[in-house]
Amino acid sequence: MYAQKVESTGAKPKSLDEMDPQERAFQERIDANIKIEPKEWMPEGYRKTLIRQISQHAHSEIVGQLPEGNWITRAPTLDRKAILLAKVQDEAGHGLYLYCAAETLGVTRDQLTEQLLSGKAKYSSIFNYPTLTWADIGAIGWLVDGAAIMNQVPLQRCSYGPYSRAMIRVCKEESFHQRQGYDIMMTLSKGSEAQRAMAQDALNRWWWPSLMMFGPSDAESVHSAQSMAWGIKQDSNDDLRQKFVDQTVPQAEYLGLKVPDDDIVWNEAKNDGKGGYDFGEVNWDEFFDVLAGNGPCNAERLGARVKAWEDGAWFREGLMAHADKQAARKIAA
Amino acid sequence: MSEHKRKEWPLWEVFVRGQHGLSHRHVGSLHAPDAEMAINNARDVYTRRSEGVSIWVVPAEAITATSSGDKEPLFEPANDKVYRHPTFYDIPDEIGHM
Repeated sequence: MYAQKVESTGAKPKSLDEMDPQERAFQERIDANIKIEPKEWMPEGYRKTLIRQISQHAHSEIVGQLPEGNWITRAPTLDRKAILLAKVQDEAGHGLYLYCAAETLGVTRDQLTEQLLSGKAKYSSIFNYPTLTWADIGAIGWLVDGAAIMNQVPLQRCSYGPYSRAMIRVCKEESFHQRQGYDIMMTLSKGSEAQRAMAQDALNRWWWPSLMMFGPSDAESVHSAQSMAWGIKQDSNDDLRQKFVDQTVPQAEYLGLKVPDDDIVWNEAKNDGKGGYDFGEVNWDEFFDVLAGNGPCNAERLGARVKAWEDGAWFREGLMAHADKQAARKIAA
Repeated sequence: MSEHKRKEWPLWEVFVRGQHGLSHRHVGSLHAPDAEMAINNARDVYTRRSEGVSIWVVPAEAITATSSGDKEPLFEPANDKVYRHPTFYDIPDEIGHM
């Protein structure tokens, strides 16, 4: 998802018998749904996995402002412009909630920023695709934020208190994002021939990258089992992806648009007999390629973040110098 | 906040009063060079949807907290003083609500 490739120790989770008393007490708290708080003892692997996951999530929110920011000055109406501006500001806010949560684990903000700017830290593959038309802003709200919600709702129950609380704040705000996106898609799909074609084109380009957001198939994800045992992860990647497809296909039908996958067919036996959609195989080569830095916009996105950091240096230093001066004056007085 | 050896802005804890009559509640933290900027940033980060009517910011380093190891010695004395709770006392039904 927003943290698609969280490296962990890769080792199988230990059973309670294999743990020392401290670790066992920790695991028992998690099993009893008691939240872990910043200053408490935690296994080093738990801390490291969380730092990686929360910081990838935060970086995704920050980089995620770029594709949409691209359209703020070109939104078709003043209303749409104000809404998009508010939405992008929310993404900045989400990044900040998450950085704060990560910092409670003993990493500094500058370290996190440095990891992003040096390319060492990952962010979601989805933000390395370009926003070519206004319809892309609709598709991102509807699909990308829709997929994000699917992943973030269970994260509200994460075992780590600060991450869980940040997710609760994020989820409260995220629903607006998805609805404004679908609203754009509805307007376009009720519009002219050219506008409907634009909406369909956006769906065609964003559908598969949105499915990739949930991360590799469970069969290939070596890190899932331990994260689940630690209560960092609640649902498997494939389960969430299935849920997303089941929710989204009827929404596309309502718009009169076609999901770009010929293998989509209703299967009554799926989801324990409740039914669900069969769908085609995600192009995982493309996913890993984008994650490795070879997507259409990787260089552009990282370049924009580095430029923002460097161009903002005089401002950060200036404000700090001003604060120091004020503090010195207070002491002198 | 005397000296800033690092270039990183200091960390502030943010408390927001949700509505008149309620107490301030911790909502999160943020970085800012000074208290005034911390308030401005807190407004943007934590009250974009009218979540508050008043904001406090406190330098994170100024907060002294109990450590998780304190839990038992610090809070245990309260456990055996059940007579502090109204339910400890049996009052006959005839007396009515007390």
